[in-house]
Amino acid sequence: MEITALKAKAAQIRIDLLRMIHGAKTGHTGGSLSNTDILTALYYRVMKIDPKRPQWEDRDRFIASKGHSVESLWCILADLGFFPKEELKTYSQFGTRLIGHPNNKVPGVEMNTGALGHGLSISVGMALAAKRDGKAYRVFCLMGDGEQAEGSIWEAAMAGSHYKLDNLIGIIDRNRLQISGSTEDVMSLEPLAEKWAAFGWHVVSIDGNDIEALVKAFEAVPEVPGQPTLVMANTVKGKGVSFAENVAHWHHHVPNDEQLAQALAELSAAIEKGKLEGQVR
Amino acid sequence: MAAKIPNRQVICETLLELAKKDRDIMVLASDSRGSAAMAPFAQALPEQFVEVGIAEQNIVGIAAGLAHSGKKPFVASPACFLSMRSIEQIKVDVAYSATNVKLIGISGGVSYGALGMTHHSLQDIAVARAIPGLAVILPADQHETKRMTEALVKHEGGVYVRIGRNPVEDVYESDDCEFVIGKAVTMREGTDITIIAAGETVRVALDAEAELQEAGVSCRVINMHTIKPLDVDAIIRAAKETGHIITVEEHSIHGGLGAAVAEVVVQHHPVPMRIIGIPDEPAIAGKTSEVFEYYGISAGNIRKIALDILGDKDGSR
Repeated sequence: MEITALKAKAAQIRIDLLRMIHGAKTGHTGGSLSNTDILTALYYRVMKIDPKRPQWEDRDRFIASKGHSVESLWCILADLGFFPKEELKTYSQFGTRLIGHPNNKVPGVEMNTGALGHGLSISVGMALAAKRDGKAYRVFCLMGDGEQAEGSIWEAAMAGSHYKLDNLIGIIDRNRLQISGSTEDVMSLEPLAEKWAAFGWHVVSIDGNDIEALVKAFEAVPEVPGQPTLVMANTVKGKGVSFAENVAHWHHHVPNDEQLAQALAELSAAIEKGKLEGQVR
Repeated sequence: MAAKIPNRQVICETLLELAKKDRDIMVLASDSRGSAAMAPFAQALPEQFVEVGIAEQNIVGIAAGLAHSGKKPFVASPACFLSMRSIEQIKVDVAYSATNVKLIGISGGVSYGALGMTHHSLQDIAVARAIPGLAVILPADQHETKRMTEALVKHEGGVYVRIGRNPVEDVYESDDCEFVIGKAVTMREGTDITIIAAGETVRVALDAEAELQEAGVSCRVINMHTIKPLDVDAIIRAAKETGHIITVEEHSIHGGLGAAVAEVVVQHHPVPMRIIGIPDEPAIAGKTSEVFEYYGISAGNIRKIALDILGDKDGSR
C-alpha cells in the first residue's frame, strides 16, 4: 500500500477503534491512537503476512508486548480479514475472544500478552528459532515506554544483541505518558535511546506517527547486520483526536457521544484532506 | 541395580540421546548448565542449546518463543528461582499461551540444604499446580526419570518438573518401569492404610512400609509422580480400600501433594488423613537426610503416625 493510502487507512482504523471503544464503554483509547500508525505501517505494508494462512510458517511475527493497546490491533486484523468485522461488536463483551488484550484464540495473534515486560523475551525466542532454522522471517515487538521500567525488558535486550538477532525489531511507542503521568516523572527513562544502544542495539529514532518515516525505518532493517534494531517511535498519545492528544487521562478514558462525534469529524476531515493531497500528487 | 546417579544427569543423558534424532529438542540454561548436569548436552549439540545467563524471566519467555516456532524447549534452572522469579512468565507465556515448554526445576526441595530459604523450593508445587493447564511431575528415581523424560518429549504442553540435586536411592529395579503422565503407580499393595508420596519421599514411604509390615500392618504405597493432573481414581480407591491415608512430601504442608490428595479425599470419600511435610517456617539447614529426619519425613515417624491413625498407639499390633 502506498503512503497516501496508508495514511487514510490509519485514520479509518482510528475511527473504527473509537467506535468500538465507545460502544463497549471500555478501552485503552490513548495508547491505541498513538500506536495506530505503527501498526498500519506494519500490517498494510511491511510485514509478510497472509490473512488466509495465519499460521503460515514463514510469516513475519508481531508481538504486542504493550498488550493493553489492543483496540487498534483488533480493528486492523478484522479489516484484513483475519476474522469477520462484525465480531468487533463483541469487543469486551461477556464470553468474547476479543478481550482487552491480545488473545491467541484469535487468528493473527501469536501470543497472549498483557502482563508487561514479556513480549521481548518471547520475540527473542522466535527470532532465535528463525536463525537456528535458517528462516528469513522477522519478528516485530511493540513495547510501551512506561513498560521500559520492567527489568525483564533489559534481560531480553541483552539476549537479543548477544545472539546477534538482526531479524528482531523492537519498537517503542514513545508517547511519553503513562497512566500516572509523564514517564519522566513516574520513573525517568532518558536517555532511553542511549540505553538501548549501550545494550548493543542499532537505534533509529523517528516520528512514530509519520507513516512514511515508519515504513522507511522498517524497510531498512537490518541496517547493521548482526545487530537487532530498536525503532524509537516518538508518538503522541491520543494522536489524531485533538482533545485526547498528550493527555494522560485518555490512557483508558472512553469518549462520550459528543466527544466521539467530534473525533470522527476530525478524522474524517483528515481522510478527505489526504484524498485531496493524493490527487495533487 | 545400577549405580546411584542424580536424576538431573539422567535427564541430560536421555535428552541428549533423543535430541540427536529430534533436532527440535532444545535445552536452555540460566548459567545452570553445570548444576543441571547439562554441560555434555551443550557441548555435543551447541545448535540445540541456548545459554540465557542468570535471567529466569527471560529464559521462560525465550523458551515460549522457541516453542511457538515449533521447537521443544527444556528449561533447566534451579527450582527455587524458576518457580518463583519467573512464575508470571510460566503462567502467561507457557500456560495461558499454551506453548510446549518443559520446565525442569533442578536442585528442588531442600537439595541446597545449607544454603537457606533463598535456595529451597518448598512452595513450587503449590504455585505450579494452581496454574491452569500446567502439569506437575516429581520423578522418584533414575529409572522413572528416564521414562519421564521420554514421555515429556512426546507430550505436547507445559510441564513443571521438580528433581533434586543429589543421587537418590532407586525405588525401581530397572528402567523397565511404566510411566504415564497422570497415572499413579502402586508400589506396594495393602489394605490397612495408604502412604502417598512423590519424588524423593517415595523411597522413604517404601522404607516405612517395610517397618509397618513388621508391625503387622498391610500398607499400600502409591507413587504419585504426577501431582497434576492428579490420579483421582487411585486416591479414591485407596480411601475406600484402606480407610486411612498418609501423604509424605518434600514441600510445605500448604498446597502441595497432601493438599491435593486431601481435596480429593474430603470431596469423594472422607477418611482419616495425615499430611507430612515441611511446616510453615524457613526450613532448617542441613543435608536432605538430616532435614527430612528433623521434620519427620522418615520411615520411623511415618510408622508412628500410621500406628496412631490406626488407633494402635503403643505399636504392639
